[in-house]
Amino acid sequence: MTAEHLYRTVRLIRRFEERAMDFVRSGEIVGGIHPYVGQEAIAAGVCAALRPDDVITSTHRGHGHVLAKGVDPARMLAELMGRENGLNRGRGGSMHAADFGLGILGANAIVGAAGSIATGAAWAYQRQGKDVVAVSFFGDGAMNEGMLLEAFNLAVLWRVPVVFVCENNGYATTMPVRSAVAGSITGRARAFGMPAFTVDGQDPEKVLAATTAAVSRARSGRGPTFLECTTYRFDAHHTFEHRARLNYRSTEELSTGRSRDPVEIQGERLAADVRAAVDAEIEALLDAAAGVALGGAHPDPAAALEFLYASPEVNR
Amino acid sequence: MPKLSYLKALNRALGDELAADESVFVLGEDVRVAASNLTAGLFDRFGPERVLDTPLSEQAFTNFATGAALAGLRPVIEFQIPSLLFLVFEQIANQAHKFSLMTGGQCQVPVTYVVPGSGSRTGWAGQHSDHPYSLFAHVGVKTVVPSSPADAYGLLLSAIRDNDPVVLFAPAGALGIRDDVDYASLQPVPLGVGRIVREGADVTVVALGHLVQDALAAADELAGQGISVEVFDPRTVYPLDVDGLAASVARTRRLVVIDDSNRTSGFGAEVLAVAAERFDLDAPPRRVTRPDGAVLPFAPALDRAVQPGRDHLLAAIHGVLEGKR
Ligand SMILES: Cc1ncc(C[n+]2csc(CCOP(=O)(O)OP(=O)(O)O)c2C)c(N)n1
Ligand SMILES: [Mg+2]
Repeated sequence: MTAEHLYRTVRLIRRFEERAMDFVRSGEIVGGIHPYVGQEAIAAGVCAALRPDDVITSTHRGHGHVLAKGVDPARMLAELMGRENGLNRGRGGSMHAADFGLGILGANAIVGAAGSIATGAAWAYQRQGKDVVAVSFFGDGAMNEGMLLEAFNLAVLWRVPVVFVCENNGYATTMPVRSAVAGSITGRARAFGMPAFTVDGQDPEKVLAATTAAVSRARSGRGPTFLECTTYRFDAHHTFEHRARLNYRSTEELSTGRSRDPVEIQGERLAADVRAAVDAEIEALLDAAAGVALGGAHPDPAAALEFLYASPEVNR
Repeated sequence: MPKLSYLKALNRALGDELAADESVFVLGEDVRVAASNLTAGLFDRFGPERVLDTPLSEQAFTNFATGAALAGLRPVIEFQIPSLLFLVFEQIANQAHKFSLMTGGQCQVPVTYVVPGSGSRTGWAGQHSDHPYSLFAHVGVKTVVPSSPADAYGLLLSAIRDNDPVVLFAPAGALGIRDDVDYASLQPVPLGVGRIVREGADVTVVALGHLVQDALAAADELAGQGISVEVFDPRTVYPLDVDGLAASVARTRRLVVIDDSNRTSGFGAEVLAVAAERFDLDAPPRRVTRPDGAVLPFAPALDRAVQPGRDHLLAAIHGVLEGKR
């Protein structure tokens, strides 16, 4: 069951992203996306370790995280298309997907910003007597944002039930991690006094095991854990790269990087017929999702600033 | 009647709201010992989880508050220096402010940011003397600058109860103001509603925070010359009480604004723009502000020279009464 569940999630994310890129090409999605292709095992493994009431914060490359946390692909796709039936009613788009009902406190387009938000949320739930754990996803690039390092400090000092998941895909856009991070990623985390592990981020089961331990540690009041999940981004930093080829990864590097595909790694753990059935189920789900998204209404321009304030503004 | 100081009023509002609402907590640097006095006595009353002393990590603890707000709490952050708001402009303008719209109304971020001692502090020089309320108004964050102890109490209460981020500037020049106050009469002051502090017939002077004192002094002085000045305190910079101001100007037909912002794109500029669009005036309106790009120099005489002062205000009032530019 777990093996199948993990496969279903990585396969769903992969096919969602491939279809989303088609919709970018056809113009149904404007502004492009940051594809999660290649990194699916991380979202799948991490979210499989969470309870429905646990919360996550996500990133600019966030489709995988929210799908793994249980978002309806139709509403997610509708959001990417800016429709009224989207997750955020078309007000957020690719980089801001949120579903508070599912504990998704929002994807964040500012690198390194969400770690402190997740820390505050986890602290607040704990203070309210709830044993909720927060997971904050971020990339290797975020390890150079001071605000995130400040958040590590607060989380450890105050024993906050948060798990920091660093997806080290080797690059921040085109900047290689080796040219950007002095010392080591886990060494930085350990300097704050939290346990930090490097995990094979291509294998959903390994990610699940590591996250399960980190979550149980957090839930039992022992504070944050840091997981560095090593991975590789198979596709573009952002779909703009499909048109403007940037020269920073060699073809040899690309083929080595793509050789460990999380969909294959997990797929090989299933019987062929089971795998084929899951694949067919996902295609049907995504066909239906595309129909729902394309059929969604475009928001009314007169309501462009609806939701700007939670308390109504005076004298607008 | 007992005297209540402006700073004590803020302290009282915070204490009352902490007592009334379990979800309220305050965080910031040195709040446990109440270095600024804003939180005096609150740690002993409410303990370390409600009065949370933070390391010097403004960016993280400002986002931390956003996260806590998303999880159902009502954080109040104290900032020791007005320019720390530049450091956390991202966290307020680009994070807290944007969550409601970007999530399609799924959440709210009821965080209050308080700066006890904004504007010039005499002798604290360039990096401690800013007054960036216009900046927050510009991005649409609710922004209040109380001028009296009763308003300080009432506006802080409303800010905490409001479901959106609110920045409250408590000008250094106002913290020591003491008024006779009947404690029983203290109540919330709604955001976005101004107040006529002094009635007059010849000219409306718009003033905020500590500058209300200067406006009242100018009004006293001019009364001796037979000039009747109305002082309008908008109390909230954003959203601005345009209707309240319009009603005042409809009577006086002349307008001067005194504003502790730099001149370009400041609050004073906004008031004049509103006047140009909406008001019927007998003379061109004027603004008294800090100069463009002002950095407050250290020496006290230089510090005062860049602040909008009473003499500039008197000159501006005479100017509009004579109908000159
Ligand atoms: C604070 C900040 N700086 C720069 C950017 C522009 N930007 C968006 S994604 C990105 C790279 C992020 O790299 P990483 O954190 O490793 O995540 P990845 O894209 O590899 O998933 C950059 C520089 C941003 N969004 N936020
Ligand atoms: Mg990266």
